[in-house]
Amino acid sequence: MKYTVSMIPRRILCLSALLFSLLLTGNAMAQTQKVASVKLPHLQKYLNSTSDTTYVINFWATWCKPCIEELPNFEALQKQSAGKPIQVVLVSMDFAKDLEKKVVPFVSRHKLQSTVFLLDEPDQNAWIDVVDPSWSGAIPATLFVNNGRKQRFFIEKPITLAQLQEYITSKFPNNP
Amino acid sequence: MKKPYYLLLILSVFTLLGTSAYKAADGGYQVGDSASDFKLKNVNGQMVSLRDQKEAKGFIVTFTCNTCPYAKLYEDRLIQLHKKYAAKGYPVIAINPNDVKVSPDDSYAQMQKRASDKKFPFVYLYDETQEVAKRYGATRTPHVYILTKSGQDLKVSYIGAIDDNSGDPEKVQKRYVEAAVDNLLSGKAVTQNSTKAIGCTIKWRNNS
Repeated sequence: MKYTVSMIPRRILCLSALLFSLLLTGNAMAQTQKVASVKLPHLQKYLNSTSDTTYVINFWATWCKPCIEELPNFEALQKQSAGKPIQVVLVSMDFAKDLEKKVVPFVSRHKLQSTVFLLDEPDQNAWIDVVDPSWSGAIPATLFVNNGRKQRFFIEKPITLAQLQEYITSKFPNNP
Repeated sequence: MKKPYYLLLILSVFTLLGTSAYKAADGGYQVGDSASDFKLKNVNGQMVSLRDQKEAKGFIVTFTCNTCPYAKLYEDRLIQLHKKYAAKGYPVIAINPNDVKVSPDDSYAQMQKRASDKKFPFVYLYDETQEVAKRYGATRTPHVYILTKSGQDLKVSYIGAIDDNSGDPEKVQKRYVEAAVDNLLSGKAVTQNSTKAIGCTIKWRNNS
């Protein structure tokens, strides 16, 4: 007697297909993520979010050496903050034309786990103050914001992991 | 019973004070301030100061460097600015403030090479001690300060970006520096005297 697909109960077939696809996506997520090119309103969702989450929004670029050097600190913070209301958001200042050529390969090569997107807004003068009026435009720059607790802190220079942790605990003391 | 709340209040006041003190420490010039002169070495070995340039009406002082991709994207546009405005009394004064230990390709020798490769028509000065960049309050490359002579004074008339599209010169809508110099040349106040742009942070000396 020959076995055919039709002979396997449909429920089991569905279940295994589901499990298999979950396994695939889960694996893919751990490996690499898609990087989208976005406009200002997407960034503003984080800037203006009223949820009780502390967003650590870092502005970087693949061509910026001090930025690249501090990225592992943000990745470590994200990893340490698992289960806590802290989210690292890495905003690439690379040009949109370099998304596939530079940013996507960089993100996949370094297996970045934090949220990453590319902000495609060439008229920078129009939005730098929206992020923070004290920002001159130099990168790296990082904004810590928790609108739920009405707290924010901006810094326009590279940060060590110890400093990141210190800012989180001293300036956002209500975080667990 | 209320004690902890007072403590929290005092703590948050100190936190706020700490934040504002940090921002005030940044310093630098604002539009309307008087800028001081400097004497820096040009790529041709000569020392250059602003006062020496008697025929100039003002200066397009630009903190830039060899290495920053944004600064490089503006090299040709700086050349065009100088060609357009030097004869009208506003030459470009390019200054590299990057520390050579942090950014080896921003050495004086590399500046000389870059200036010769690109045939810079403007002076390219080496701010080795970073004192000029600090005094001006420059934070990134490129970062422009337009100065206007007013008697013995050098008035800061504009601080900011060169235009509104670093990535694509073809798509530029607003030429901030050109508009500002045009305003000044026609004896008007600068309409948009302050703009911002993404740039590379100046590579400060590690001990400073």
